[in-house]
Amino acid sequence: MRKGRKWYNNRLVPWILPVVTIILWQLLVQYKIVTTTLLPSPLEVVEAAIKLSKSGELQEHVYISTQRALIGFAIGGIIGFILGLVNGTVVFFERTIDTTIQMIRTIPHLALIPLVILWFGIGESAKIFLVALGVMFPIYINTFNGIKNVDRKLIEMGSVYGLSRNKLFTNIILPGALPSILVGIRYALGVMWVSLIVAETIGADSGIGFLATSAREFMQMDIIVLTIVLYAILGKLSDLIAKLFEHRLLKWHPAFHKK
Amino acid sequence: MFNIELKDVSKSYGDNEVLHDINLSIEPGSFTAIVGRSGCGKSTLLRVIAQLEEISKGTLSFSSNSGSKPKIRIMFQDDRLIPWKSIIKNIELGAINNEVAEQSLQKVGLIDKKTDWPDQLSGGQKQRIALARALASNPDILLFDEPLGALDALTRIEMQNLIEGLWQQQEFTSLLVTHDVTEAVRLADRVIVIDKGTIQLDEKIDLPRPRERDEKFTYYEQKILNQILGG
Repeated sequence: MRKGRKWYNNRLVPWILPVVTIILWQLLVQYKIVTTTLLPSPLEVVEAAIKLSKSGELQEHVYISTQRALIGFAIGGIIGFILGLVNGTVVFFERTIDTTIQMIRTIPHLALIPLVILWFGIGESAKIFLVALGVMFPIYINTFNGIKNVDRKLIEMGSVYGLSRNKLFTNIILPGALPSILVGIRYALGVMWVSLIVAETIGADSGIGFLATSAREFMQMDIIVLTIVLYAILGKLSDLIAKLFEHRLLKWHPAFHKK
Repeated sequence: MFNIELKDVSKSYGDNEVLHDINLSIEPGSFTAIVGRSGCGKSTLLRVIAQLEEISKGTLSFSSNSGSKPKIRIMFQDDRLIPWKSIIKNIELGAINNEVAEQSLQKVGLIDKKTDWPDQLSGGQKQRIALARALASNPDILLFDEPLGALDALTRIEMQNLIEGLWQQQEFTSLLVTHDVTEAVRLADRVIVIDKGTIQLDEKIDLPRPRERDEKFTYYEQKILNQILGG
């Protein structure tokens, strides 16, 4: 290791700001600078979390929401990936399909909610549909662009060295597009939670969004804030998992070389 | 062993004729250099032989007594190593088997870099890996498209010695495109000067190997240089 490392390279440094914010928040509420009816203290939020998890409610809602998120992500992700793959490799499909997808992409998918409720009611399929739709486009675009931007010179080298179409695809085209695909996945994970929050707030009888709306009716501020914190944690967690994948799959990349 | 035969070969991009009625016969196992200014068509000629470009007119044929198709490989100006494959995996990509891949890596003297990523190597080392990859496929014809152009002077000399040694060992037909006349005289049995898409000079280099920069060497060098500059 290099001598004289900067103090801010310490692993704990990124956590200073969140911790200070929470302490400040606690003090503001404790000394009545902000009233509890507007904002509960962090301790109250933690208490609410403990109470809800003792009854098992919390786990159930988180479980249901995560399940919806992942099913929607899997469906939308697979569709987006396959479309990106097909359009990126076969010119015929690119010419016939891409423009249409690009047009649909520009519609904010949450604007479809009234239509989705009429089509699917407020059951599970409506929420999963919205998540899938939101997730599909970032993955499509990044897969498509990733494949289009694979170094032509490497492909030429591959054909000079006698690689078959399949080998060319698995050895050069797909791994070449992977960094871009992973960016798409990370972005899609963010869209996944946003879509789910909105979908669950509109009509649900379980899940984190439901917890938040029912808490609002009873003015349970602690639970409302708890649901917001839950989304933050789940979002961070999924990003962390995506990052982990990035490090594993892109360990050849100069940006990830062990120093 | 394959004879490379070009008959009245022309190549145009739109109205722009890059090669004009090229007639050329290259003997199996020989080392030929093609020199000329930038844009004279020398790289296009190489790409035509590699069948990366369609011929507009004329014929290209490879005759042999076995009647099979030759295995042609190219060493490009850039290394074109696959960044997400380790050094040994890059070589195995073109290799006839993994054992030969390892032997080739040994031959270019970089066996200790076996598990490194290409990005961890210097430019000269990467070109040596590219050479190992080409050799591991046991080519009949190896085309060099200015592979040493981007290297520093000392690394170039090392690479020239390496290429000469390996060519003498494996006896593939070599075709080197370069703008460096000294490099051409240093390596080739025969130097062809191309200008404006036609062959201007076809000179046999009759010097013993390994070659020294003596009077005869300078004579060839000067003759070829005069042709390029005067032509």
